[in-house]
Amino acid sequence: MTMHSLDGPTSVIAGEDLTKRFGATVALDGLSVAVGRGEVVALLGPSGSGKSTLLLCLAGVLQPDSGTVFYQDRPIKDLGDSALTRLRRREFGFVFQFGQLVPDLTAVENVALPLRLDGHSRRPAETKALELLGRLGVEDRARLRVGEMSGGQSQRVAIARALISEPTVIFADEPTGSLDSLNGELVMDLLLMAARERSAAVVLVTHEARIAAYADREVVIRDGCLTHYSTVT
Amino acid sequence: MALSHVLLGLLEGRQRYGYELKQLYDERFGASQPVKFGQVYATLARLRRDGLVDIAAVESGDGPDRKVYVITPEGVADLERWIVEPQQPAAFGRTALFSKVAVALLSGRPAAEVLDIQRAAHLVRMRELTERKRAGDAMDALVCDYELFHLEADLRWIELAGARVDHLRTELAHGGTR
Repeated sequence: MTMHSLDGPTSVIAGEDLTKRFGATVALDGLSVAVGRGEVVALLGPSGSGKSTLLLCLAGVLQPDSGTVFYQDRPIKDLGDSALTRLRRREFGFVFQFGQLVPDLTAVENVALPLRLDGHSRRPAETKALELLGRLGVEDRARLRVGEMSGGQSQRVAIARALISEPTVIFADEPTGSLDSLNGELVMDLLLMAARERSAAVVLVTHEARIAAYADREVVIRDGCLTHYSTVT
Repeated sequence: MALSHVLLGLLEGRQRYGYELKQLYDERFGASQPVKFGQVYATLARLRRDGLVDIAAVESGDGPDRKVYVITPEGVADLERWIVEPQQPAAFGRTALFSKVAVALLSGRPAAEVLDIQRAAHLVRMRELTERKRAGDAMDALVCDYELFHLEADLRWIELAGARVDHLRTELAHGGTR
C-alpha cells in the first residue's frame, strides 16, 4: 500500500512499497518514503519497528523482498554489484550509533578511508580529512586512535568520514544513541550544519522524539508500517 | 510564586530600575507569559517592606520608574535559601493530557492511536522549540530544553502506558496471572 505519493519535487532517495521479511517476522510491510535534496527526514519508531531495516534498504545494503528503491528516480536494483558499491561509496555517507570506526587507525586515517578505498592517494585524502575534522571541531584529535577519544569526539570523526565523499545522501542510524544529551545535541547540530552546507539529504533513524524534532519532517513507523507522515509547513 | 525570587536573582550583583526588571523578566523567564508592570512594582514594594530590597536612589522625574532597586544582605540570604530548597514535585497527574490518555486506554481504545495523535501535536511544538534553541543563546536553550524534555516525557509515558494496558488486557483475557 502506497501511503505517500511520489509526485512533487524529484526525490534524491525514495522507496516505494517496500516489504522485507526475516523468517516469520515482517520488518517492512509495504512502506513508501521519499527524501528530497537538502531535506532531513526522521524515521521515528520504537525498537523493532523496522526503521533500521528501511534505512538499510534505502541505502542498498539490504535487498527488499518487493518494492523499489530509487536513487534520483532510477531503480537501484538495475545497477550491477560494482555500480551499487560505487554509488554507496561516492554518494552515500553513513553514521551509526557506535561510529563503526576502525579502532587501529587514527581519526584522520578513518576519515580519509572512503577516499583511499576509492583510489585517491594518501596526501590529498588526508588533507581533506583534516579540513573536515577542523569543521567539526576535532582537528586536535586528528592523530589519536579511536580508542583514545571520547564518545562525542569519535562520533564527530564518524560524521567527518560520512561527509568526505561529499555524499548526496547521509544515512544516520541512531547517531546520538550512545551519547549524553549535550553531546547528542552537538552531534545533531554538526550533522545538520554539514548536511545543509552541502544540500545533502539526511535519513535519520531515531527512537527519540527530541532528536526527530531536528528533522524537517518525521515518518513514524510501527511494525513495519508507516503510521504518520508529517508535512512540511 | 517565583516572581519575587526571580526579581531578587536579577538584582543580585547589580542594582536596576523597576522597568528594567520587567524587561529582563519577560526576556528570560516570561516568553509565553509576560509579567505586568503592576505585578513587578507590587512585588518590589512587598520585598522592600520585608527588608529584602531597598531603594538605592530616586532619580528626579515622575513615576515609579525612576527608582533604582538594590538587593539587601537579607535579600541575598533569602535568595540563597530559596535556591537550595527542593521544589515540591508537581502533581503531574492532574493534567488534561493524563486524563485523556487514561480514559482512552482504560476504555479499551488502542494506545497506538492515542500516541500517534498526541505525538503529531507534540512534534510540531518540539520542532519549533528545537529551531528556537538552535538560533538562540544559552538562556533560550535552557528554556526550550525544559519544555522539550517534558514533552518527550509525555510521549514516552503514553508509549509505556499503552504497552502496560495492552499487557494487562492480555493477562485478563487469559484469566489473569495474579
